[in-house]
Amino acid sequence: MIPYSKEVLQHFNKPHNYGKMKNPDGVGEVGNIVCGDLMRLYIKVAKDKKGQEIIKDIKFETYGCLAAIASSSMLTDLVKGKTISEALDFDRKEIVEKLGGLPPVKIHCSVLAGDALIEAIHDYFNKNNKLIPEKLKLRHQQLQKEKQAIEERYKKDKAV
Amino acid sequence: MKKVYLDYAATTPLDSEIKKAMLPYMDKEFGNASSLHSFGRMAKEAIEKARQQVAVFLNCRPDEIIFCGSATEADNLAILGAVKIAQKKGLKPHIITTAIEHSAVLEPFGQLEKEGVEVSYLSVGPEGIVRVGDIEKVLKPNTVLVSVMYANNEIGTIQPIAEIGTLLKKQSQKIIFHTDAVQAANYLGCDVQKLQVDLLTLSGHKIYGPKGAGVLFIRKGIAIEPMIYGGHQENGYRSGTENVAGVVGLGEAVGQIQKTKNEIQNIKRLRDELISNILQNISKTSLNGSREQRLPNNANISFAGAEGESILMALDQEGIAVSTGSACASGSLEPSHVLMALGLSPEKAHGSVRFTLGKYTTEQEIAYVLKVLPKVIERLRGISPVK
Repeated sequence: MIPYSKEVLQHFNKPHNYGKMKNPDGVGEVGNIVCGDLMRLYIKVAKDKKGQEIIKDIKFETYGCLAAIASSSMLTDLVKGKTISEALDFDRKEIVEKLGGLPPVKIHCSVLAGDALIEAIHDYFNKNNKLIPEKLKLRHQQLQKEKQAIEERYKKDKAV
Repeated sequence: MKKVYLDYAATTPLDSEIKKAMLPYMDKEFGNASSLHSFGRMAKEAIEKARQQVAVFLNCRPDEIIFCGSATEADNLAILGAVKIAQKKGLKPHIITTAIEHSAVLEPFGQLEKEGVEVSYLSVGPEGIVRVGDIEKVLKPNTVLVSVMYANNEIGTIQPIAEIGTLLKKQSQKIIFHTDAVQAANYLGCDVQKLQVDLLTLSGHKIYGPKGAGVLFIRKGIAIEPMIYGGHQENGYRSGTENVAGVVGLGEAVGQIQKTKNEIQNIKRLRDELISNILQNISKTSLNGSREQRLPNNANISFAGAEGESILMALDQEGIAVSTGSACASGSLEPSHVLMALGLSPEKAHGSVRFTLGKYTTEQEIAYVLKVLPKVIERLRGISPVK
């Protein structure tokens, strides 16, 4: 079995900020049950003293392996309280660093967590009719395209 | 921490009696079985005794037994060797196997397919058992080899080997019939005359013997091409100085199987308890593969809403060792080919856990698993968006 760091095991055994959120301001769903990974990230947005929008609360629900659960948990710790613009610049490599590393085959779990954050923020912008930054729009479109490709491949496999 | 090993299909612990029999060949009796002097003769004698033990178990002649380095090697030798001989005769061979074989069979088949050999993969129904009639349908005049496992390593389903043997014998052309009996050996009769197989694979480390030792039975009169060339050991089928201690251990392990038969009822009782308790007490669970036509030590169960590797790792931290068919465990995105061949949804395949029991499994161990498992599943389902 792949050796995992102490931090990964801690986040897997006692994940932070998990569960469904009531009335979230934005929801991001990434991954696919077909691939064995499904992540749902909820955010609540509020203004801080300076009037900047921040991620006031964040929760996740993840179906997936140990690394996927630990990555989701770590992500919520890292971006809670950040401003939206800071969150948009969030580097998902930080998840791996703070987890004390992940085995190479599990890096995609941290990527997935980063994608979930992007989707949740996009959803928040979209729902509130805010102007969506070009970079965010492109990343959202890319993620949607990947999602469709997996679904189509699965349909094709099913047909065979 | 309490340790509970429920992964006997992956490997079994080495039986202490078997270990004792092997030890002299690790140091004192170090001779090379090919040497003519007394040192060599001691080694040779030990190997021939093991060959005799395996021959008794399979009801065949000792000179039909080839020792090699692993069951994977034996499977490769059987498949590649049979095809190579056919090609040497100028044939364009067609070969048949099933969609649920171990990778030790599927991979050489895949390699041959890439090289242009015609291959048919038989599907299985939801029960995980090949239909004999399906084999008859895909037989061709140029079919030279059929390879069907005796019992599946993931779901434990037992394949109708003797019936397939009868069918193949009826054909006008000679079709070589191979079976990988690695998982079956502990629990099912392996009389090659009754099974009507030409080639049969065994492994040492699945029957309380050592790793690094495998067997290929090659029926007299069946020609296959060797894969390793060298000093002509093992009748020229498998060159290389014999792993004497390994072979001795394998022989002893095979010899002990008859004794193990008495323990089968106990294993089956514990396994049945495990299955019925899980299905009754944990919601949204299902058994994968036939309930009846399966090895007495195997339980493969899907847990909806919880992912297999997570379950495995959570149980591991409680000291319980199991296995999973989830994609995450393999590093690819595809879940187990065996579970997908049953027609399982990806969710069920990703949420599968294999428990395999053995002769050292106790009532207390099963009770401990049944105590820990519901909490693990509940916790993971609590984190999951799939309800």
